[in-house]
Amino acid sequence: MMVVQPDDLSIASTFEKLPILLDSDSALLRTGRLLNVDCLLGPSDLPFLVRIRAGHITEMSAAPKTMPSWRFGYTASPQAWIEYWRPEPKPGWHDLLALTKRGEAHLAGDLHPFMTHLQYFKDLLALPRSLASDKSA
Amino acid sequence: MNGKIEPIVGRYVHVEIDGVMHRIYFEENGAGIPLVCLHTAGSDNRQWRHLLCDEEFSRHFRIIAFDMPWHGKSNPPDGANGEYQLTTASYTQTIRAFCAALSLERPVVMGCSIGGRIVLNLAIDHAREFRALIGLEAADFQQPWYDTEWLNRPDVHGGEICAALVSGLIAPQSPQNTRQETLWGYKQGGPGVFKGDLYFYRVDGDLRGRVGKIDTSICPLYLLTGEYDFSCTPEDTLRTARSIPGAEVFIMEKLGHFPMSENPVQFRQYIAPVLQQIRQRKNEG
Repeated sequence: MMVVQPDDLSIASTFEKLPILLDSDSALLRTGRLLNVDCLLGPSDLPFLVRIRAGHITEMSAAPKTMPSWRFGYTASPQAWIEYWRPEPKPGWHDLLALTKRGEAHLAGDLHPFMTHLQYFKDLLALPRSLASDKSA
Repeated sequence: MNGKIEPIVGRYVHVEIDGVMHRIYFEENGAGIPLVCLHTAGSDNRQWRHLLCDEEFSRHFRIIAFDMPWHGKSNPPDGANGEYQLTTASYTQTIRAFCAALSLERPVVMGCSIGGRIVLNLAIDHAREFRALIGLEAADFQQPWYDTEWLNRPDVHGGEICAALVSGLIAPQSPQNTRQETLWGYKQGGPGVFKGDLYFYRVDGDLRGRVGKIDTSICPLYLLTGEYDFSCTPEDTLRTARSIPGAEVFIMEKLGHFPMSENPVQFRQYIAPVLQQIRQRKNEG
């Protein structure tokens, strides 16, 4: 049986806020206006199956799901997400590809939609930094 | 005349490199010790505009920044066809030919990223031609962290992918304006040029095992690396410097891979003492 850690719950709850955060970011929506993809994003052990249509997150469900299908996955350790979401992340924890380089994140599948919209995914997954800023304000 | 005019002057010089004539664009300002600045892979000399306009530095240095062939306003040479590919030999020759074309006497060369790597090669093979060498984000080698095939293919926007890849190399503390301007340079690069530069960086320019030949008593060497650079990490630079007796190393806080353009104010704190030291050596020498 998988043991769910407090960090996992907190990270899952932050991920669930992504659709609302995204919908209030018109510049990011414009960047993703042509993006339609199903992908796996989140903590390595409990990722979300995320459906993106015209740049909006239209559906998110915690995997596993019956016969899930996705084109690419970007998953990372709980520590990686906590560090990436700090308002001023530490060196080496501040970028999605810095995390893959240090082995804290894993990128797999058909990378074409990820690479054509690389800045979109970097910015989308950094949106929770604003929540941390709000708390510290 | 009401508009503010910057002191930078831009001109073209015709330079023969490896038997081919190139029309090289360069900008300069100041008078004194020649200081030649090399931009990063896939960008151009605009990265140096803040340094070029620095009132104090330009009182003591003739600061010069040129666009590498195929970059910025240095067009590909007449008759160029096929894929652009930078090598250790062609990069070294370009810098030496440019300095000779301007009759620069023992210039200081400061390069960033690929410019930092080639500075190490200048120190290995041509130290006597230079007064001092400064490598920003420089190391003898660094581990690749993405596949360069993504940089130039018809189904991926070259400008967007180049900028998005390097965006993470900028420190989070760098101001938005200078961050976006740094990325703009990447969005404007010609197709395949960034990838061609990285042939030197990733394949041809591995200097491991060679940097131990550097003699800093002939030409002083300064290495400065930003703490947020995860491409050329501080550890890469420190490892390189451990093989070079006399090399001076500075790890720069709140800076990434593009110190001179991503946060010129922060960078100035680190480069000013280095330039001051070079001036003092000249006066003592």
